[in-house]
Amino acid sequence: MENLRISYGEIEAVRGISFTAAEGEITAVVGRNGAGKTSVLEACTGIRSYASGVIRVLGSEPGRESTRVGTMLQTGGLYPTARALEWLTYLSRVYPNARDPRELLALVGIDQSATTTARRMSGGEQQRLKFAAALLPNPDILFLDEPTAGMDPQARRSLISIIRDLRNSGAAIVLTTHLVADIEELADRVIVLRKGEIEASGTLAELRGEGSSMHFDARPNLDIESLADDLSANYSVSEPRAGHYVIEGDPSPQALARVTAWLAERDVPTTGIRTGRTTLEELIIGDAE
Amino acid sequence: MRAALAHASWELRLTLRNGEQLLLTLIIPLVLLIAMCVTSFVPVVDGLTRVASAYPVVCTVSVIATCFTSLAIGTGFERRSGALTFLATTPIGRQGVVLGKVIATVLLAALSIALVTITAITLGWRANACALWALPVLLIAGVAFASWALFIASAFRAEAVLAIANALFLILILLGGVIINSASMPLSGLISLLPSAALANALRDSLGAGLAPGWSELVTLAAWAIVGFALARSRFRWQ
Repeated sequence: MENLRISYGEIEAVRGISFTAAEGEITAVVGRNGAGKTSVLEACTGIRSYASGVIRVLGSEPGRESTRVGTMLQTGGLYPTARALEWLTYLSRVYPNARDPRELLALVGIDQSATTTARRMSGGEQQRLKFAAALLPNPDILFLDEPTAGMDPQARRSLISIIRDLRNSGAAIVLTTHLVADIEELADRVIVLRKGEIEASGTLAELRGEGSSMHFDARPNLDIESLADDLSANYSVSEPRAGHYVIEGDPSPQALARVTAWLAERDVPTTGIRTGRTTLEELIIGDAE
Repeated sequence: MRAALAHASWELRLTLRNGEQLLLTLIIPLVLLIAMCVTSFVPVVDGLTRVASAYPVVCTVSVIATCFTSLAIGTGFERRSGALTFLATTPIGRQGVVLGKVIATVLLAALSIALVTITAITLGWRANACALWALPVLLIAGVAFASWALFIASAFRAEAVLAIANALFLILILLGGVIINSASMPLSGLISLLPSAALANALRDSLGAGLAPGWSELVTLAAWAIVGFALARSRFRWQ
């Protein structure tokens, strides 16, 4: 994808995004609601027209190689009055390389609902049926928009293990999520979107390594200047939101000991101190808050 | 084409399983035909048998029910459920979905009219060569009603489409020159410009009186078809 731009009327939802999703890799497009994740994914499947930019899916324009692409859209994608097995069987007739619908229902764990209509299924079951439909073509590339949404922990576990198996068998997988746990368990590469632009991208390790810092939560309005004095000049302390403190600088054991000592001297309890590097959560939420 | 046929059979299957759609597209026209033949609530056209008066009316009802009301309601709910959007990402594609819908609608209308025709023949209806005029008339009317159905399904929310399509069905049939000939209604000039009146009048000529339909009816239907097709083409929304 090169320099993708998508507008809705006056609003530019996606502002110049470029990335490549490799085969045998899971690429996670992450960001807050409204960051442009779904727009990017829909453009890749050919159902969303874009103002400018170039997208190639398996070497062709979006929508061209539809026999080798599996898609799971965020909103809809089911006929409310159609039964699960019936729907997959219909779809299996239009894919040249389709997998067996019954096996897929068993794989995603809803084989007991084969003759249930979509509208009588729970949200999690509908989500699994949509996932099964995405797996049906035996795809070389999968686009999954918020695949874990509405799933119970067990269903989510099984979905994650299926996605990993597909990755290991060489498929390229592009998924969106706003859940840190999803990213940690699935993503090989992460693309962080904010307001339609790429905020950061890279492997998990790369993203975490960017901007080393320490974070802790305690009561608001601590005297951060005195804490900064206790640390060396290589550190800066800020309170970006009430009760949340960020110390920019190398999170060495010595620096951490200084911070805890400083807290102890003032008898300040902390509800969480993270030795570390930028957390994914902070990357997604951003510094704005 | 294979994908379009697969999609057509899928749509037909869901439609025929839906009780309301079945009632609207197949049962109501049949009941109406029988009711019009055994009762006298609708006046008979001078010189024609009861069934020859009723059969063109009921064919018109079939076309409006299948090509307009049923198609609009079905498409409205498919748009809301996002089913069409997903199908557009599969090898069926947008073309396959649209073509499949056209084929399914034509087949459903043909089935409805076939049932009505068999019943009419059983009740004593006989045709002459001018009945063949009904084929192009039905085709143009089908395109007109289906285009407007897709336009309305794209312009409103699913519940509003349901209400509008059902209301228009009743209004067109009762007041739009179908059951009552537009010539014997007030404002007959205006009503005869409605697609329902034009279709009913053209079918009264070809299937009832055994005459060639008038040019004004054909032109009226064609105009509705052209405007509707252009609107549906430019305004159709997948979700």
